[in-house]
Amino acid sequence: MEQFVPIKRSKDGQPVRYLIVDDSVFARKNLGRIIETFGGQVAGEAGDGLTAITEYERIKPDIVLMDITMPQMEGIEAAEKIVQQNPDARVVMVSSVGYQENIVAALQRGARHFVQKPVKPEVLYEVIKYVLGEDGALVSAAGAGA
Amino acid sequence: MKMELIQPFINAADAVLSQGLKSPMVVGNLAMEREAYRRKGVAAVVQLTGDIEGRVIFDLAPKTAAEVASHFAGTELPETDDLVREAVCELANQVIGNAVATLNDQGFHFRVHPPELHTSDDGPTSTEDTEALVLCFETASGNVFMNIALRYAHKAAAAGA
Repeated sequence: MEQFVPIKRSKDGQPVRYLIVDDSVFARKNLGRIIETFGGQVAGEAGDGLTAITEYERIKPDIVLMDITMPQMEGIEAAEKIVQQNPDARVVMVSSVGYQENIVAALQRGARHFVQKPVKPEVLYEVIKYVLGEDGALVSAAGAGA
Repeated sequence: MKMELIQPFINAADAVLSQGLKSPMVVGNLAMEREAYRRKGVAAVVQLTGDIEGRVIFDLAPKTAAEVASHFAGTELPETDDLVREAVCELANQVIGNAVATLNDQGFHFRVHPPELHTSDDGPTSTEDTEALVLCFETASGNVFMNIALRYAHKAAAAGA
């Protein structure tokens, strides 16, 4: 799998911590592998929206990658609840159901961005950089630990 | 079943499989089916409700599913039951989600339900209104079968009146 220049947290140089929310274990593992190529760390996983809310409060990740179609509570509703409680939360929707209506609804209810499945690592990488903004820093291997 | 409903699913399967497998696929056999669905391997079913309703089944031989999963993951994965089932469900989710996105942008509104494993050997018999189309996608990892039975919801309501 392709490797990317690691994205670290600007404030402390630590890996960006992710919460991955998807009802498919297979999809979560795949996203986890992609995140590792970005130098990130999977801080937690959830298989539905309700668990995602609990997990967010527990681990306070830097970024949430959130599926839409899930049992119990769908991703857009979960994103809204997380952002209501945590206005600084960065939620990126990652879903195959990428039609205009869904994308607009997700953004209106607090999501920062939308990535269509199947996920292209280079697309997700650019989205992560954009969503982190100044809170993320690219750290080349030569500069690691500096 | 109208071709306008089917084409987005063919396009989505082509896009998702070609990208995931990093090789082109060919649409092979195509047949209409009114008999009860007979599972070929590991199958996932996704229900749709709304302006268009029905279901789509994805069906792969376990070995094919493991190969497809390995391609999608970008690393060699063992052929375990859980993994194979998960891969088929996620494949169904991605193809159907992409197709639904196209149909939604054309003005159809509906809800996609999470994929479920289709575990029984036989499925429900198709009716005249929900005649199923069975497509076989030939890939380098083996055949991927997609069984589509969809109808316009207003027709369904009228038929039941």
